[in-house]
Amino acid sequence: MVSVSASDLSVTLGRRTVVRGVSATLKAGALVGILGPNGAGKSSLVRALLGLLPHGGAVSIDGVPRASLSRGEIARRVAYLPQGQLLHWPVSVERLVALGRLPHLGPFSRIGAADRAAIDRAMARAEVGALADRVATELSGGERARVLLARALAVEAPVLVADEPLASLDPAHQIEGMELLRAEADAGGLVVAVLHDLTLAARFCDRVLVMADGALVADGPPAAVLTPALLAEVYGITATVTGGERPLLVPLDRVPLTGRSPPA
Amino acid sequence: MTRRWLWPVLILALVAALLLGVGVGSASIPPARAWAALIGHGDPVERAILVELRLPRAILGLGVGAMLGLAGAALQGYLRNPLAEPSVLGASNGAALGAVVALYFGLAAQYPAALPLVAIAGALAALALLFVLAGRSESALTLILAGIAVATLAGAGISLALNLSPNPFAAIEIMTWLLGSLEDRSFRHVLLALPCIAIGVALLAGQGRALDALTLGEDGAAALGVDLRRTRARLLLGTAIGVGGAVAVSGSIGFVGLIVPHLVRPLTDRSPSAVLWPSAAAGAVLLTLADVAVRVIPSTNELKLGVVTAFLGVPVFLVHLMRERRLW
Repeated sequence: MVSVSASDLSVTLGRRTVVRGVSATLKAGALVGILGPNGAGKSSLVRALLGLLPHGGAVSIDGVPRASLSRGEIARRVAYLPQGQLLHWPVSVERLVALGRLPHLGPFSRIGAADRAAIDRAMARAEVGALADRVATELSGGERARVLLARALAVEAPVLVADEPLASLDPAHQIEGMELLRAEADAGGLVVAVLHDLTLAARFCDRVLVMADGALVADGPPAAVLTPALLAEVYGITATVTGGERPLLVPLDRVPLTGRSPPA
Repeated sequence: MTRRWLWPVLILALVAALLLGVGVGSASIPPARAWAALIGHGDPVERAILVELRLPRAILGLGVGAMLGLAGAALQGYLRNPLAEPSVLGASNGAALGAVVALYFGLAAQYPAALPLVAIAGALAALALLFVLAGRSESALTLILAGIAVATLAGAGISLALNLSPNPFAAIEIMTWLLGSLEDRSFRHVLLALPCIAIGVALLAGQGRALDALTLGEDGAAALGVDLRRTRARLLLGTAIGVGGAVAVSGSIGFVGLIVPHLVRPLTDRSPSAVLWPSAAAGAVLLTLADVAVRVIPSTNELKLGVVTAFLGVPVFLVHLMRERRLW
């Protein structure tokens, strides 16, 4: 059972502290949503988890301090889908998805049958098989997002960290994307996704971490965490929240600035 | 997919370039007599021309061209910038400044080996300065900015040497060297340049996977297990040593590192690793053929190689620019 835990994680960029003392243990078989307004430190938090940013505090993967793992060892355990990813060369979709196998290749070895199979599985799951021969830089926003997700899936790591995987997807593909992440978690993986869509997060996530101004302000099942009071405090919005286990959450309006309590 | 015919064509072109490099020159030697001279029979003068003048020149053309092509391809991949080439990091200018210093202080006249050695030192010094300026940052943009600063500083140093040169002859000697040429190079030059080029090629060609991963940006590559700091150190060292050694014997030869990867890329699957070796081969062919061209173009002074590559390079680059902007 894979687990990722952070204790007292903090990140300072320049003079600004963007993540303050976040502690959490994330366990396999769960889809964990990281929520919070723009600039709350969500991306910095996941980048720090992966060791892509210098940070204070400690991160461990499966109980092993991440600092003692090499980049290659981390890469085989945690697949990462960065936010708003730019593609720098006009390579084919298949070639791009194949990059996900890099952590598994020994020195001087080529992509083998097992890697081929993993690439095909990832492309089938993200439904990008039909795009295999297209040029990755010439895809539509939605196609590109799915291809990049396929690239992350091709790593077949026990942990998948996706930073805004639903950005620029239409509603059908957003739901499809969430179903895909859900299926990863149900198959025993740990999926951590930075999300902006509260409705989808409430429906699909097992657990949500809510951040505001760098601090973790709430952590738990969506039904318990995503209350009108918390949404007003963190996002400054009013919302209807109905239903039980998998609540239906609809953002309605902004709370007037004067009536808003400052974020914790 | 990489075109099936790419490598056969490149290998044929390499063989053709080597044959032309040895076979063509101001003294016309028919192939049969050339072959006899090469295997040890035949006229001793013709043998001297072939083995001591043309052969080292052809070998240097292949080696320097391969190094410049490979360095261009590796740096374009690393910086994810199709305009990158060795001069972007200041390595070429640093080496040129080193050579100019050797010429200026008369070191080159006293000890012929001083020119390449000081040029390599210049490239390494430029690299050291680059490390200081770019600091611990892993970003390509920081590196480009630092490279521009280093290249500009070295360029200013070269101008200063020209400005202060004691007499017109010294200035002309420096200018001639800056134009870039493979004229009158001997096996001594080959021995100086080839080990540096071999080290450079070994360091750069091994970075294919890291460069591929960088297609996804720096975070993406790091998350795929690439040690960015090590990749950068190897690329910088490989460029400084390889290009420093090459520039030391050939003078400044521009555009090869910029253009060759652009010519090769459409024939591959366009991933940075697929462009590396073909760029080395194509660079070797291009530079050797350009060096053959300077010998057969009739002119009062022999044309300088760097001048020819610049003239060859600009139209090719313009075509690519127009295509990029979809003007045709």
